[in-house]
Amino acid sequence: MNTFLTILIGQILVNNYVMCQFFGICPFLGVSKKVDTAIGMGLAVTFVITLASFITWLVQYFLLVPLNLEYLQTIAFILVIAVLVQVVENALKKLSYSLYQALGVYLPLITTNCVVLAVAINNITDGYNLLESTFCGCCSALGFTLALVMLAGIRERMELSNMPKWMHGFPGALIMSGLMAVSFMGFGGLI
Amino acid sequence: MADSKKTFLGTFNNGMIVENPTFTLMLGMCPTLGVTTAAMNGISMGLATTFVLVCSNLFISLLRNIIPDKVRIPSYIIVIASFVTIIDLMMKAFLPDLRAVLGTYIQLIVVNCIIFARAESFAAKNPPMLSVADGLGMGLGFTCSITLLSCVRELFGSGSIFGLQMMPEGYQPMAIMNQVPGGFITLGLLMILVNFIKQRVAAKQALRKEGIA
Repeated sequence: MNTFLTILIGQILVNNYVMCQFFGICPFLGVSKKVDTAIGMGLAVTFVITLASFITWLVQYFLLVPLNLEYLQTIAFILVIAVLVQVVENALKKLSYSLYQALGVYLPLITTNCVVLAVAINNITDGYNLLESTFCGCCSALGFTLALVMLAGIRERMELSNMPKWMHGFPGALIMSGLMAVSFMGFGGLI
Repeated sequence: MADSKKTFLGTFNNGMIVENPTFTLMLGMCPTLGVTTAAMNGISMGLATTFVLVCSNLFISLLRNIIPDKVRIPSYIIVIASFVTIIDLMMKAFLPDLRAVLGTYIQLIVVNCIIFARAESFAAKNPPMLSVADGLGMGLGFTCSITLLSCVRELFGSGSIFGLQMMPEGYQPMAIMNQVPGGFITLGLLMILVNFIKQRVAAKQALRKEGIA
């Protein structure tokens, strides 16, 4: 139980993938203009990462390790993720069209979201078991969603504020993320 | 300008300066911020990415008439992932220290959006030579910008550039520059600078044009 609590707090606050480790910056900056889209993207990512952590763990320990093919890890994992995204997209279209309409736009973007691959690789490097990997994936994704939605909220306000022309858009968002990262550093001593 | 884009040099220049991936297209942000705590890391990450970008552009361009449209994304990913694995294994063999510092970021070149975006928007539509030029330009443009970023961060964060002491004796290193917030803020400030210069240049060019007219 203790491990799970550590993973929960660790992945969401202390080692937040976006704010403390620089993964997934492209969608973090690209999809954070509005809170609604940020939540949609966050949910889609959470869904895919949780599934991907589960499947890549199985691939690593039941396919790559027995066949001594660990050096193909990158290729195998990215293929699993690309296929998974495609499958999720098709399945959602058939099973729940309303959910598909809500998340559909974001799904293709997830293949090139480096959080997904980073979580899968780190799960293996950290030596988690199957349950821990899946849980860790889910928590990391929630951490990503938290950061994304927070930045989106701030950026909505920033649109209205009076700033120099060259600060608008990305530079402003970057400096704002920097300040957010400072506050996330405060969680550093939690575990 | 439209004509020069189709030549080797024009394409190279376009990638390197006009459409610089970091400052104009805002692509490949994760390695840009993640590894730029020291100038050496920045330049090696940039060169590794350039290698993958040039090779994958070349191969995707050669295969552009064979790959069916429907499965193009998985096909591109396989081509890119193969080259990433090559560079990863090479670095593990010849530069193990550097590989340890750059860590997962080397494996993550595979999901670097620059490579993917160039495959999709350039290599899939253009002949091999031009695609190589595009890869080289984009790659070196990326290398230059992340080296610049890492020089600034290393200068203020450790008082040195490429490990050489730059700041005077009594300089207190700003630890925050080597941490996550420093990365975000430095990139934001650099981007403001680039935007500012661009606006000035554009204004000057507009003035010159009016003068000619």
